[in-house]
Amino acid sequence: MGLLLAVGLQSGVADIISTVEFNHTGELLATGDKGGRVVIFQREQESKNQPHRRGEYNVYSTFQSHEPEFDYLKSLEIEEKINKIRWLPQQNAAYFLLSTNDKTVKLWKVSERDKRPEGYNLKDEDGRLRDPSMITSLRVPVLRPMDLMVEATPRRVFANAHTYHINSISVNSDYETYMSADDLRINLWNFEITNQSFTPDIVDIKPANMEELTEVITAAEFHPHHCNTFVYSSSKGTIRLCDMRTAALCDRHAKFFEEPEDPSNRSFFSEIISSISDVKFSHSGRYIMTRDYLTVKVWDLNMENRPIETYQVHDYLRSKLCSLYENDCIFDKFECVWNGSDSVIMTGSYNNFFRMFDRNTKRDVTLEASRENSKPRAVLKPRKVCVGGKRRKDEISVDSLDFSKKILHTAWHPSENIIAVAATNNLYIFQDKVN
Amino acid sequence: MLILFQEMEDKVISPEKAEEAKLKARYPHLGQKPGGSDFLRKRLQKGQKYFDSGDYNMAKAKMKNKQLPTAAPDKTEVTGDHIPTPQDLPQRKPSLVASKLAG
Repeated sequence: MGLLLAVGLQSGVADIISTVEFNHTGELLATGDKGGRVVIFQREQESKNQPHRRGEYNVYSTFQSHEPEFDYLKSLEIEEKINKIRWLPQQNAAYFLLSTNDKTVKLWKVSERDKRPEGYNLKDEDGRLRDPSMITSLRVPVLRPMDLMVEATPRRVFANAHTYHINSISVNSDYETYMSADDLRINLWNFEITNQSFTPDIVDIKPANMEELTEVITAAEFHPHHCNTFVYSSSKGTIRLCDMRTAALCDRHAKFFEEPEDPSNRSFFSEIISSISDVKFSHSGRYIMTRDYLTVKVWDLNMENRPIETYQVHDYLRSKLCSLYENDCIFDKFECVWNGSDSVIMTGSYNNFFRMFDRNTKRDVTLEASRENSKPRAVLKPRKVCVGGKRRKDEISVDSLDFSKKILHTAWHPSENIIAVAATNNLYIFQDKVN
Repeated sequence: MLILFQEMEDKVISPEKAEEAKLKARYPHLGQKPGGSDFLRKRLQKGQKYFDSGDYNMAKAKMKNKQLPTAAPDKTEVTGDHIPTPQDLPQRKPSLVASKLAG
């Protein structure tokens, strides 16, 4: 694979991590958790004194993004769990990100403060108000350096636009708009306007009669360069590419991607395991990658009738589908990511395993994110699952896999070989080994 | 002889179909349309908790007369005596397995 990994940072977070995202330069890494908190890590500047501490990530800011709510009218509990975080490209000294739970999207501004004003006339140094009648002279307050403080402030709250649960947000390449997708609808928002969706329902697949509901939207993303193009995936394993220039309501797709199914292979589980849990454009914008329960597929935008590449993530689970259905694991939503050059793709699995596929060499590797098996700064050892027959010494059998240890969320630095892997409530950051 | 051979071939089925047979053996009343409305509706209803406004108002009226203890109420005694909060409501995990048995 050409990618050696070493354990950089393991951070225990109090709650289960529910999303991980690098910003556009890779300098910052944001995580969201089940408790509604966002933790942002910042990469250390490389220093000549300590060349081996090559840009480690340390906590930069922590804030409570969302709180639990209860919709009394609908008897609905609204979880504070952060479903997705998406960064805006940096346009000034401050950083901006979108974070969303099931119902509300928020725009957060994260900024540094390293100076503070001193010498107020009406307040003394402790902040107590001075009696104006006691003031005999005026002075001009001056800015003095202070210890660096990072503050996060909510700049916009986009609420009350989703009847169903938000699964995706995506910032448009025009940097002025973004979309939010729930199970049945996709809304387009302008960053400046919060009291209404810019164009409500650019996609609406709700049937007139809910009894006729056959599929839901599972993920959506804007094209990285074409601001009028986006894709959304469905629970039936299909992807639709839409062009916003054709109509206000993108009911009719411009392209429809679906792999034909062999009807003789169809089983009770077919539709469930074909449900797409994540869809991601390549950085080049020429391909899309989809993740369903057992595979990762790469599609060429110019070929709708089948994917150009299919990678088996954990095909050995095909003989376990019955129990995976009973314990609900079959509904787990795994994400997938591209590396910066679109040559390697990565996705998670069970037992804290994650998989990488090199699209050029066709080689793949299984690695594990766990404290027991990774000494700091040691190269990660490839893992192997034994399917049947004789189990070799280092292999693990399918029946010994821990299905409660699932890696659903991973992220890849935009340009370097640095990956972030969320294993339940632990965050692992792996980097290429130096020398 | 030809017929026997055919039967043997039919027994070599995909692991997926074998798992399906296992599932149907455990839940004989499993619906015919698996990926359809049942799952989707369950997914859309995530977060549903049941809050009784009658209990809420009755408890509120009672509160006017007596002081309620501030200790966390017994999780099983949600009706009638005190104002239920979302945290009190027993966690109702929508179990797909249970609904299949019922359906």
